[in-house]
Amino acid sequence: MDLKELYQDIILEHGKSPRNFGKCEKHTHQAKGYNPLCGDQVHIYLKLNDEKKVENLSFEGSGCAISIASTSIMTELIKGKNLEVAKKLIDAFMIMIKSTSEVQFQELDDDQKTKIMSLSGVQQYPMRVKCATLAWHTLISAINENGKIENTEINET
Amino acid sequence: MDITHIKSQFPIFSRKINGKQLVYLDSSNSAQKPTSVLKALDNFYKNDFSNVGRSIHALAVNATNKFEETRVNVRNFINAESKDEIIFTKNATESINLVANTFGKQNIKKGDEILITELEHHSNYVPWHYLREMYGAIIKFAPINEDGDIIISKFKELITSKTKIIAITHLSNVTGTIVPIKEIVEIARKKNVPVLVDGCQSAPHIKIDVKDLDCDFYAISCHKVYGPTGVGVLYAKKKWLEKLPPYIGGGGMISEVKKDRITYAPLPEKYEAGTMPTAEVIAFSESIKFMESIGIENIVKHENELTNYALEKMKRINSLNIVGNPKKKAGVISFTIKGIHPHDISTIVDEEGVAIRAGHHCCQVLHERLNLIATARASIGVYNNKEDIDIFCNAIEKCRKVFDLK
Repeated sequence: MDLKELYQDIILEHGKSPRNFGKCEKHTHQAKGYNPLCGDQVHIYLKLNDEKKVENLSFEGSGCAISIASTSIMTELIKGKNLEVAKKLIDAFMIMIKSTSEVQFQELDDDQKTKIMSLSGVQQYPMRVKCATLAWHTLISAINENGKIENTEINET
Repeated sequence: MDITHIKSQFPIFSRKINGKQLVYLDSSNSAQKPTSVLKALDNFYKNDFSNVGRSIHALAVNATNKFEETRVNVRNFINAESKDEIIFTKNATESINLVANTFGKQNIKKGDEILITELEHHSNYVPWHYLREMYGAIIKFAPINEDGDIIISKFKELITSKTKIIAITHLSNVTGTIVPIKEIVEIARKKNVPVLVDGCQSAPHIKIDVKDLDCDFYAISCHKVYGPTGVGVLYAKKKWLEKLPPYIGGGGMISEVKKDRITYAPLPEKYEAGTMPTAEVIAFSESIKFMESIGIENIVKHENELTNYALEKMKRINSLNIVGNPKKKAGVISFTIKGIHPHDISTIVDEEGVAIRAGHHCCQVLHERLNLIATARASIGVYNNKEDIDIFCNAIEKCRKVFDLK
């Protein structure tokens, strides 16, 4: 195992200065995620327009570098995508993070692929997968408007 | 005191973690086990195994004698009046649940008050919360100050004519605060309120004398006292054990069972239903022997020195903040580093072979009181030495480097 794989510069940078932090105006969907054992909290705000396009995506919360970076990167990559494409990207992320594979997604450019793959170091740290996936599961909750508080400590371990 | 010799009695320290020597600083969570305890477990299963207190064959008699020997050893270890005041449970959590449940059934009505503190572990809050749910009891939290000490004057004020029981920790698993239990019990006595002490953290680290403390109940988890998992102790004054109803029902805790009535066994069996963790209870005798072979005074002295050494070193690390500064502190050091989340600290020091804990340590009320979401915690056991602290502090420096902190 190599710490540099886990704490890549992109992760540290996003962990320190997360993008899309705060409550976005006129959000149409929202959901909360909470991992009680480690205390990580995330609140996702999603604004879908009439054409089912993600017009805005932001978050509030606190957590470790992995969870904040993962949330920040997620908001960057999903913002501007159509809902169906967004859903496919979430699926691709979930497959990548739990296996050792590259992310399979054609609509990402090289720069975006590098960003999402910067989270792949988590694959070597099973106890930290839940940190990386919390925001993504919470975004699914927001999309589905199921009112559920996500907890990846139960789902992922 | 020869720490190298003590450490050599713990086989786990010969293994490597991530290719590094293991530095175990998570003893508040659970302590490692000396060879003597492991041998006792092995020997019992290999050569002596039988259930206790039931059959009359040679193995059963021997097992029963050894089981009861542990009870006497625990009695001596905490200086209880009688061996009948020692009840074996699954862990301290069960010990507290036993008291909450049976005491609650008999004594708690709507509007009655239970006084606990902001320092409590969830295991000394949730069982009392059940009484709030079931009987409409009111739970009051005695406040602490910024240092992590209970404010005694406020504590006094919170005892009213409706206070039915006080439940309080002896040693905080977050701030390391050693609570002045004797003083607390004296205050409670004046108002005629019984006191339960959560001794989970204190039992391995300070001398326990229940007669001197004069508390009504004292709960211990043996796995934190260098013993096996699955065993806890409830000390309770005889008058309570005789008066309170039984807790778990089943074999072993009965006297006479008829279709229309049941009578219960005398103490201590009244509270020990079903087959107990026999091997584990018997092996716990070896944990007590291990601690007594070193001497509690020596353990206290060594751990105090090491705690002070660690605190001095940690205070010199930039942006590291130690949680609490109690008047009397044991080797439980919770801390935060500005700019690094406790989970990231834990993962990075783990790469260096250092085991610490990160999270809220089952004390969400306390973390909220201190405006913290999570903390990292290094906790000391008798086997730790200065080299462990040095390796730990170097690992912390590595965290700072990974996160590029100045």
